[in-house]
Amino acid sequence: MAGTAPGGRITFSLQLGVTLLACAFLLVPAIMSILAGLTVNYFRGLSSGLTLKWLFEVWELYSDSIWLSLGIAIACLACTLAIGVPAAYALAKTESRWNRIIEEFVSLPLAVPGLALALALLQLYGTMKGFRLSWTFILVGHVLYTLPFMIRSVLAVFAAIDLKTLEEGAASLGAGAWRRFVDIAIPNAMPGILAGALTVVTLSIGEFNLTWMLHTPFLKTLPVGLADSYASMRLEIASAYTLVFFVMIVPLLMALQWASARAQRLAG
Amino acid sequence: MSAPPPDIKTGTEIRLDNCAKTFGDGTRALLETDLTVAPGEIVALLGPSGCGKTTMLRIIAGLEAGDPGSRIHFDADDVTRIPIEKRSVGIVFQSYALFPNMSVAGNVGYGLKVQGMRGAAIEARVGEVLALCRLTELAGRSVSALSGGQRQRVALARAVAPRPRVLLLDEPLSALDAALRDQLRSELAALLRQLATTAVFVTHDQAEAMAVADRIAVMNRGRILQIDTPRALYTTPNQAFVAEFVGSANRLDGAVKAKTLSLPGGTLTLPREPKPGEVAYVRGEAISLTPAGKAKLRGTVASVIFQGTHQRIDVSGVTGGLITLDHPGPDVPRIGATVGLKIDPGSIMILPGSGGALP
Repeated sequence: MAGTAPGGRITFSLQLGVTLLACAFLLVPAIMSILAGLTVNYFRGLSSGLTLKWLFEVWELYSDSIWLSLGIAIACLACTLAIGVPAAYALAKTESRWNRIIEEFVSLPLAVPGLALALALLQLYGTMKGFRLSWTFILVGHVLYTLPFMIRSVLAVFAAIDLKTLEEGAASLGAGAWRRFVDIAIPNAMPGILAGALTVVTLSIGEFNLTWMLHTPFLKTLPVGLADSYASMRLEIASAYTLVFFVMIVPLLMALQWASARAQRLAG
Repeated sequence: MSAPPPDIKTGTEIRLDNCAKTFGDGTRALLETDLTVAPGEIVALLGPSGCGKTTMLRIIAGLEAGDPGSRIHFDADDVTRIPIEKRSVGIVFQSYALFPNMSVAGNVGYGLKVQGMRGAAIEARVGEVLALCRLTELAGRSVSALSGGQRQRVALARAVAPRPRVLLLDEPLSALDAALRDQLRSELAALLRQLATTAVFVTHDQAEAMAVADRIAVMNRGRILQIDTPRALYTTPNQAFVAEFVGSANRLDGAVKAKTLSLPGGTLTLPREPKPGEVAYVRGEAISLTPAGKAKLRGTVASVIFQGTHQRIDVSGVTGGLITLDHPGPDVPRIGATVGLKIDPGSIMILPGSGGALP
């Protein structure tokens, strides 16, 4: 680092300066926004005093969105676990040249813009009114979008643990297919499942593109509600909403970082 | 221990009839092979990599299905179509394949749990096997916290705990470093004897096969060339490959006229006239050094390696290559010195060479 070389100190100062500037560039708007949500009157500034009024108002106006988002995230997690873990297991176990193709196919929703995916869903199922108007319609979109993350995360761990030989070991001890899956595959894939689960929940709660196309006036998720509040409410309420969003998503993101690092240590 | 413990069902005979394996890409890993392993016997499958030994083990285990026509019996039971989980085989894998999500005791007890045994009975049996494998102190340890030698013992304990009919070991010691391997070799041999279960193990290490096995099947290119006791394989190999692979043997290539073999370093009288395709071999310990003067075979000392009990000496100029011999000493020839060699005709082996020679 900044050693005895005469140029070293200057280089270090420059690097530090650029880093701090970049941080400020990202953080200042966030802090401004959070403060706006806690200020009595944003246009008069902080001198007007701090308040939690706007937060309560957000809760009154949008608590349905918060519950809906949580509900969809949990249901989405359940679906991706039920589909993704067995799918990853099957992909890990079969040695076929189709594997790569299937993997790519599963990941396709990542490359297609959320809007296009939503449009496709609307074209296909838009006429099924009961389905179109229920929250499960949004759920389907979220599952399509998050499933690849679950599959990839679990598959990476399966690839790292020499699943084939572990299962041969269990089979030689008398374990049939189901026992091997439950006793050996699942517990040893746990770090990958956990990392995948946190990714799915975080993405589902934060998903906007697709959800915005699929939502109805009575079914607004957290980010759709946020867009709505920006469009139609006073700035303080929208800012307070941002704060709520932060509080929900940041702990999830931190847990996600931790779980991914753990899964990667295992895979590495 | 004086008597074998009533630990494992002793005495399952393994019989392979016409077992072969052709892989999807057409590779013939194992050609039609018959093999009978007597109850309680320990047989080593010995050969270079790709000789079919692991494939044979996997067919016995049920991890691989043999080609149509292959038949495997455990005693009178035809197990050819029985899946591995119902075959009652204990396997020690080369990589051990211990379950990372279970403790040492959890690994050893897993087979018992799967069999439907209850808590207390599992605990008793696990304790017994752990003690047998000197693992009692490690019972609660996570398998990731074990040394290579400990893992090896856990793998063995896990395989024998459910009292399998047959124990199969795939290169059980090859993942260990050399010093530990030597130590564990005799330990493994003693343990297998104590268990008295029928065992088949795969190895490419002839010292390991000799130390552990009752009989060794020497394999090459998908077939068993010879199967016999270690001593018989060493003293009476049936072909060149076996002579070279079990122990080391000097190949004596030269022109033959009646019973006289002419080598670059002189002539040698053979015990009998070789048939076409046959080659003469002699073990290093059957060659002794004599003064060069009147010797019928002469060569130049190329290297001398002190090995404690004897010197290993390479002599050039006798044959096309080097002749390796074990010289007891105490006199040691200089490198570069001309020496005479004396070979007792009785110790010369004349063996069919083609088809089996080392690649």
